[in-house]
Amino acid sequence: MTYATKSPWVIHYDGSSCNGCDIEVLAALCPGFDVERFGIINTGNPKHADIFLVTGSVNERNIDVVKEIYNQMVEPKVVIACGICACSAGIFHDCYNVIGGVDQAIPVDVYAPGCAVRPEAIIDAVVQGLGILEEKSKALQAQKKGA
Amino acid sequence: MSLLAVLIGTLAFAVLAPIIGCFLAGLDRKISARMQGRVGPPLLQPYYDVRKLIEKDNVSVNSTEGTYITCALVFTLLAGGIFYSGGNLLMSVFVITLSGLFFIVAAYSTRSPYSEIGANRETLQVMAYEPMVLFMAVAFYMAAGTFNAAGVFSLDAPVITNIWLVFLGFLFVLTIKLRKSPFDLSYSHHAHQEIVKGITTEMSGKTLAKVEIMHWCENVLFLGWVGLFFVWGNLLSLILAVVVVLLVYFLEIWIDNNFARVKWQALLKSAWVVAFVAGFVNIAVLAYL
Repeated sequence: MTYATKSPWVIHYDGSSCNGCDIEVLAALCPGFDVERFGIINTGNPKHADIFLVTGSVNERNIDVVKEIYNQMVEPKVVIACGICACSAGIFHDCYNVIGGVDQAIPVDVYAPGCAVRPEAIIDAVVQGLGILEEKSKALQAQKKGA
Repeated sequence: MSLLAVLIGTLAFAVLAPIIGCFLAGLDRKISARMQGRVGPPLLQPYYDVRKLIEKDNVSVNSTEGTYITCALVFTLLAGGIFYSGGNLLMSVFVITLSGLFFIVAAYSTRSPYSEIGANRETLQVMAYEPMVLFMAVAFYMAAGTFNAAGVFSLDAPVITNIWLVFLGFLFVLTIKLRKSPFDLSYSHHAHQEIVKGITTEMSGKTLAKVEIMHWCENVLFLGWVGLFFVWGNLLSLILAVVVVLLVYFLEIWIDNNFARVKWQALLKSAWVVAFVAGFVNIAVLAYL
């Protein structure tokens, strides 16, 4: 077993979200849902985070920021696209400035659609992400042992 | 104070303090969550966090950062060893300050602007609490007649009876030393009130794990200083000291959850005013009356 799944720290980035999904992400941290029960902490620092929650679509202005945050995160790491805009750009998909979902910039592990995405869906997505985090963590450890 | 006692004390502290400190940190998060109407994480959550950090990949921006943090951790253990083996309180204060300086230098060495803001603020915090901590050591000497922590066991009454004003002043700066909310300028436990992550911005993986463990050990040492005020010749007073320490820790958690962070000017002014009123006045009274 790895400890990666026991203390997943998240970082939240608002791409070009209307704030609907952002509020739901923060709602998951509030007393009603209290994801700190599972050791989840919202950090403001990519170097401390294990899970990257992105809301909103990727556009020409923020694609570099999304890539930068992703690159600064320490392996093992998981990306979760929260809301339909982050999954596929949603109703903004044919805007002139919108490139598309987050997967146009960085590899996405879990998609959590919805407009706005419900806190339950975010928690489900994070739990699914934990399974992927576990696999990645094991792979990293095996790689370290091999090296 | 023999060298051997310090060595054994340091080894014992290195084993026990992380365990006790980890439980205290878990208790802190549990109680904080309950105060906010949440269920909160499991008691062992700080342990899980550190184990996870050790598993993470190494992405240090330079090799010196980790070395400085290791030095900071070692000096924290040494300070704890000196104090808990009954050694010199003043030496323990100096060694823990040295550990704090290594922590600051580690943050500066990364050349990150956010990390530097954290390091600047940590330096201000050291400036704010250090006078009161030194007054505490001096007042302890005047009340107990020795700097040795073991000296309290030959007293007829605990030093709190003579230097209760210094104790109150020390409680004030304890909030800074435990990194609790109104004064957690450099490194907050809570997200969203920090500039990225203050002094630990560039620290990740194993280095951050060492910082966490260092913080646990520091807490155990500082709470030991609190307990020192309540111990005298009677061995049962140790139980009283533990009860007082737990009450003080609860008070600090309560303060943490009820007060918003202040600006650094307010921190520095209030800490120095308290140091003067509580520390200097108490020492003057002891010296001249």
